[in-house]
Amino acid sequence: MSCHAVAPPRDEAGTSYRTIAVVGPPNSGKTTLFNRLTRLRQKVGNFPGVTVEHHTGYIRDANGDEVALIDLPGVYSLIPKSEDEKVAVDVLNGNMPGTPRPDAIILVLNSTNLHTHLVLAARVIALGLPTLVLLNMADELRKQDGGIDVLSLARELGTPVALVSATTGEGLEAVQNFLSSSTPSPEPLELPVVGSTRGYREWAVRVGANAGYRRPATPLWTARLDSIFLHRVWGPIIFGVVVIAVFQTIFALGQPLSNLLQKFLDTTGAELGRHMAPGMLQSLLINGVWKGTGSVLVFLPQILLLFLVIGILEDSGYLSRAAVIADRTMSRVGLNGKSFIPLLSAYACAVPAIMATRTIESKRDRMATILIAPFMTCSARLPVYTMVIAAFLPDHRLLGPFLGTRAAAMLGLYVLGFLMAVTTARLLKSTILKSKDSPFILEMPPYRWPTVSSLGLRLVDRGKAFLYRAGTIIMLVTLLLWAATNFPMHHGQPPAVENSVVAKLGHMIEPAIRPLGFDWKIGVGLVTSVAAREVIIATMGTLNGVDPQSHASDLQVALRHELSLAGAVALLVFFAFAMQCMSTIAIVRRETNGWKWPALQFTYMTAVAYVAAFFAYNIVQHFVH
Amino acid sequence: MIFNFIFGRRKPAPQGQRHGALADLRVGESAILADLKLSPPVAEHLMNLGFVPGLVVKVLRSGPGGDPRVYRVDGTEIAMRRDLSRNIDVELIGAPAFGD
Repeated sequence: MSCHAVAPPRDEAGTSYRTIAVVGPPNSGKTTLFNRLTRLRQKVGNFPGVTVEHHTGYIRDANGDEVALIDLPGVYSLIPKSEDEKVAVDVLNGNMPGTPRPDAIILVLNSTNLHTHLVLAARVIALGLPTLVLLNMADELRKQDGGIDVLSLARELGTPVALVSATTGEGLEAVQNFLSSSTPSPEPLELPVVGSTRGYREWAVRVGANAGYRRPATPLWTARLDSIFLHRVWGPIIFGVVVIAVFQTIFALGQPLSNLLQKFLDTTGAELGRHMAPGMLQSLLINGVWKGTGSVLVFLPQILLLFLVIGILEDSGYLSRAAVIADRTMSRVGLNGKSFIPLLSAYACAVPAIMATRTIESKRDRMATILIAPFMTCSARLPVYTMVIAAFLPDHRLLGPFLGTRAAAMLGLYVLGFLMAVTTARLLKSTILKSKDSPFILEMPPYRWPTVSSLGLRLVDRGKAFLYRAGTIIMLVTLLLWAATNFPMHHGQPPAVENSVVAKLGHMIEPAIRPLGFDWKIGVGLVTSVAAREVIIATMGTLNGVDPQSHASDLQVALRHELSLAGAVALLVFFAFAMQCMSTIAIVRRETNGWKWPALQFTYMTAVAYVAAFFAYNIVQHFVH
Repeated sequence: MIFNFIFGRRKPAPQGQRHGALADLRVGESAILADLKLSPPVAEHLMNLGFVPGLVVKVLRSGPGGDPRVYRVDGTEIAMRRDLSRNIDVELIGAPAFGD
């Protein structure tokens, strides 16, 4: 047995590769390896027309020339059935618009699970491109008393083979060797009948045996930990503790951090504004650009914290166990266990929650989770709920000292959002997102220590993705809203709110929202709250000439003039259901790579909100009179 | 009946019966995969993960309430629900195999 890289067969014509595709099954450590090779020299992109995201990284070969590595989605086969497989096959065949056909392939396989993964190797090598086979997780293979003779395997496969470890960096010089020499295209393998996975598998076992492959024993710790984490009593208890910890991290840690950042940005903005000549430019810079930057940045603490926690759960292997524990409950609404943590995070904020859905392998379940996440009562709804409830509902005791009427109303709104999410999930899963052909099948990786570098890279990656791809849209909408409140100008001065474009919009939608008991001022609030739900409070303050911070009770009085009790209930119901949040819309667009899903979602949620608010208004109206 | 439903246990196969569904094995039992009576894409996916007829499958663990359960085939551990394992035929091995 040799643990060293096998020198690839050399060819005198030393042509070098420009584009190399990195292919491998999920759980092969492909991404860790890709990160190890390219570090921060990466770009994130989406292939045109699909939701699949890909990273391109750059490394230098021995001549100092740049080589692009394309990290393809993890696939088990090259039969284009799923979107991931279609993307992989299209790129490998040069059929992906905007992506050149790769000159070579780096195939990453998990050496601890070689028989299964050699099936993919057969299909990849059959493409006829120069291929380097990296058998990853060499350290685990050795530790668990497994082994393989790489030389024999290289002979069997007709390609260079190296035993590597992406976590320790062992054996990775094989990649440089591969780059600086040109490996001839592999000789066609003597493959079994194409299309028969069973045939491929028998071939894989034969090849493995010829290469002296010894499958490692299951790591003892994995079996031990599983007997606790999947225990019928301890399993759910530990799951509960983990879930509370995740929730607390984003709610009790991320939320205050976001608030602190918001406060800091607000005071700096005000301070900066004081040093500028008052006027249009000052307003544009402070209330437009600065505020826009702020409304993007405030999401970062929550996004980074959630991804840190999820990164630890996923890299350690616990996330798959958590999915098994939560699956039975989630299956009742037609989703699988992997949707649980994203949906829970949505109670803090839908934006990081929707980004977290990428841990869900099934595309349909992921889409369904994205579509229902904004129904969960996020923290931006709380100030609105608190203000409206405080203005209209006297606080009586309902259940002794435990539950007052206001708390009950708040609880009711949480339940309302949850029930609508469940209803929508059932609706989606029985219609457009039926998942008959993508049932719940989940690989249980062995437990591993998450590495700091892999967690760090993930945070940088997600942070960048949010800032660039969603941040631009949030910025744009903030600027548009700024323009709507500051035009048309009157003698070079911004107009009073009631004369601005946004007021015109409020008047324009008034006939539509009149049946809900809202007047044009509430209409203005609905328009401006697209920036973020709680903005409606500031807007109502401005429209009524009341500072909502210092004179909260005056604003409540003003609201009581604005709205009847029925209208207030309708407003609460509307906010429970409507997708009044441009950041959520922006992140859905980014995660689904198009406007189709966010448009559908916005229309659906607004329609639900409108109809529900209409009924709420009329029912309350009926009982009050 | 309800107990069986909740805990996902069935009576052991009567003596002499050689075939059964994967879902009917108990935790800790092993059998040989015989036939995946599933739609072609699902069967294909399972086979790519290592669920190839002829290999030994062992029921490792069970989630809360007996569903989903974790199975092991040739070193790969996979969780799946009863709706799939009910449609996977296995050939029973007399005694539980050691070390699967």
